[in-house]
Amino acid sequence: MARYVAGRLAGLVVLLLLVCVFTYLIFFKLSPDPALMICGKTCTPDRVAQIRASLGLDKPFLTQLGDYLSGLVVGRDYGSGPNLVRCPAPCLGYSFQSSQSVTQMIVDRLPVSATVAVGAAVLWLIIGIAAGLLSAVKEGSWWDRTAMGLALGGASIPNYVLALTLQYVLVVKLQILPFPSAVPFSEDPLLWFQSYLMPWLVLATGYACLYARLTRANVIDTLAQNFMRTARSKGLSPALTMRRHALRPALTPIVTIFGMDFAALLGGALITETVFGLNGIGKMAADSIAKNDQPVIMAVTLLAAFFVMAGNVVVDLLYTGLDPRVRVS
Amino acid sequence: MSDVLLRVRDLTKRFTTRGPYRRKNEFTAVDGVSFDVRLGETLAVVGESGCGKSTSARIVAKLMEPTSGTLEFDGEDITHAAGARLARYRAKVQVVFQDPFSSLNPRHTVERILMAPLDYQGIAPKGGRRAHTRELMERVGLDPDHAHRYPAQFSGGQAQRIGIARALAVNPKLVICDEAVSALDVSVQAQIIELLRRLQRESGFSYIFIAHDLAVVRQLAQRVAVMNKGRIVEQGPCEEVFRAPGDPYTKTLLAAIPRINPAWDRRRRAAR
Amino acid sequence: MSELLVVEDLTVTFPTSRGPVDVVKDVSFAVGRNETVGIVGESGSGKSMTSLAVMGLLPPGATTRGSIRLDGAELLGRPDREMRRVRGEQASMIFQDPLSSLNPYYTVGLQIEEMYRAHRRCSRKEARAVVVEALTQVGIPEPERRAGYYPHQFSGGQRQRVMIAMALVCSPALLIADEPTTALDVTVQAQILGLLAGLQRETGTGMVFVTHDLAVISSIATRVLVMCRGEQVEYGDAEQVFAAPRHDYTRMLLESIPRIDDEVVL
Repeated sequence: MARYVAGRLAGLVVLLLLVCVFTYLIFFKLSPDPALMICGKTCTPDRVAQIRASLGLDKPFLTQLGDYLSGLVVGRDYGSGPNLVRCPAPCLGYSFQSSQSVTQMIVDRLPVSATVAVGAAVLWLIIGIAAGLLSAVKEGSWWDRTAMGLALGGASIPNYVLALTLQYVLVVKLQILPFPSAVPFSEDPLLWFQSYLMPWLVLATGYACLYARLTRANVIDTLAQNFMRTARSKGLSPALTMRRHALRPALTPIVTIFGMDFAALLGGALITETVFGLNGIGKMAADSIAKNDQPVIMAVTLLAAFFVMAGNVVVDLLYTGLDPRVRVS
Repeated sequence: MSDVLLRVRDLTKRFTTRGPYRRKNEFTAVDGVSFDVRLGETLAVVGESGCGKSTSARIVAKLMEPTSGTLEFDGEDITHAAGARLARYRAKVQVVFQDPFSSLNPRHTVERILMAPLDYQGIAPKGGRRAHTRELMERVGLDPDHAHRYPAQFSGGQAQRIGIARALAVNPKLVICDEAVSALDVSVQAQIIELLRRLQRESGFSYIFIAHDLAVVRQLAQRVAVMNKGRIVEQGPCEEVFRAPGDPYTKTLLAAIPRINPAWDRRRRAAR
Repeated sequence: MSELLVVEDLTVTFPTSRGPVDVVKDVSFAVGRNETVGIVGESGSGKSMTSLAVMGLLPPGATTRGSIRLDGAELLGRPDREMRRVRGEQASMIFQDPLSSLNPYYTVGLQIEEMYRAHRRCSRKEARAVVVEALTQVGIPEPERRAGYYPHQFSGGQRQRVMIAMALVCSPALLIADEPTTALDVTVQAQILGLLAGLQRETGTGMVFVTHDLAVISSIATRVLVMCRGEQVEYGDAEQVFAAPRHDYTRMLLESIPRIDDEVVL
């Protein structure tokens, strides 16, 4: 087991390294020269060269990449002499726009994105699985057809449509909710909850619809299995038959999908955060793309890739615990 | 010997799988198997699940590469045949599978299914596709007017007849039946066995008959090879092997076959 | 003879898009204590539906007529809550494919234990002891350790032994075996048939053995019911059915069986 985990973690590091190389290539080599952009309108060739030097852009590509990677692991220094700035590991560089440490920017914004992701996940898991279960048990009923029709519709609504509609109806027209603002939980729990409610609803809707359909299909599939017939032939109560014999086989595959979806969300919900003005990773990504803030774009890409890959490993490990057939003695 | 159609020597197939913990598992499915198939005869390869009989069949059908060993067909070494030589071999060796429905494309008509081996070979049938299809269907006891139906419109026994007709389409010299009658009800099974025997009498091709049911094999084969754990433990003329098995495994296998009470059976036949 | 199970004029009807279809029509048979009755037929003969009807496990939508009496008590028309007490306690069942019939997510010990505890008031510890005993009885080596194994860790024959141990854990009066050896190799089949016969001698359980294989039936059944397309073709003592079949269909079935000991003309 330990060998397996070590192997998977090593694989993770190698993959991340590859992602680093590719994103670096794309964002620093194939993008417009950042020095020109920082320099602005009143620019002289001398000034551009100076900026290039301070950013290390005058060095060969491989050296730049090496610096970036070693910065991630051990930190790096920018500039020289009195202007020397120490960027501790994991160093993701400084924003071209705000000159802030990108690492610090992420640390500041990650809690917001995590709050959005966790809240939405709780909502969609409860709603999606409950609706799917009920549909499966009452297959073909009025409830089943209505719920599945709605789920199909709900899954096809784009997030930005839902977000803007909700905002317009709940905040502007009905004024049930205040305009979302990033209030910490410790300051005003009610306002905090009200601010996050809409992002949670928006994100949860699509996933809940998807999970409802998935749960329904899995449960119906499981109910038709031979071992369900065995369970009934044993004289077990319907409750035990359902809880023990149907639910675990039906829900285990959902864990896999959930792990991936949740990990992807941790990397920032771009549209939802932007619409509701939540200062999370998603909004940071949107802003940095708009302003071509390469260190930030690069960092966000790496972070998202890290979450997805780590999610993969966690799901695989979880799966060996959940499905005995995957375990090896 | 000139009447040997297929000569198999020291056939070995090893599978290497990687376990989920990156552990390497090596498994020898077929272990040094040698046998001959003569012109016009039926060789049965029998054994229990996992004995390597189906893997051997797949290697002979060139659906799988052996780890080592040689295949010689009609005096030609075809162990590593590829391209045009492989296509020529495929035109002479056909396979009938266990599950007729999963081995017939459900979206193709019978005519298209039966003509597929010819299309693969790039041969235009003499007298046209329709006539050839009708002839094949008649030979296997199907109504030729059903040439434009789909597999799902046939019963299990009829679908297996389509599978057999497809094998006959290219006029093969060797037909490999991989558990071809195992999934059928006994009454249907008896009809298909009779059909297989009749077709061999008419066309003189050879069969390799892969089966787990020794009683079925007895109806069809002149020679039998008994496999256990990847090896052939005994082979010889059917009558000899069944009457006086030399290997302890063959004895166990024969003893395990359920039999109808012989006294009852004799009385029933006497009354007939 | 006092009969354990009496089935009279059983008819099972399924609703289909083309109207109701009788998958079992007016089938009657009886099983005594310590007796094995074979139900034979080809696919679609209604033999499995007959056995499921006895257990009250027909698919939803199926309707039944006639009578099924177990130990004198009528089973047809009983609510599911009452049938649950019959299932496992008085009558239990084993199936064709033991791998898919066991839940892959739980140890075989737990799957046997939950059945015992569904019918008997006892602690988990007591139930565990019963499980080990049941596994020992069906010839599973190292039963204490094996009780903690999952179904996929057993061979096909051992899985069927586990199913048998489970079916017999509450000492039911009736065991219904639906093609229990069809998916097994012949040598394993012989072992399982021997095990069932041995257990029957010990426990006196009445058995309904459903199969397509006449040779298997001939070796274990005292009475035989031959079915074809839902209808009862022939029913009688095994000796009569095999030695002097009254019906052409039975005769045809017997003629079709490939025989290992015959002279064969090739």
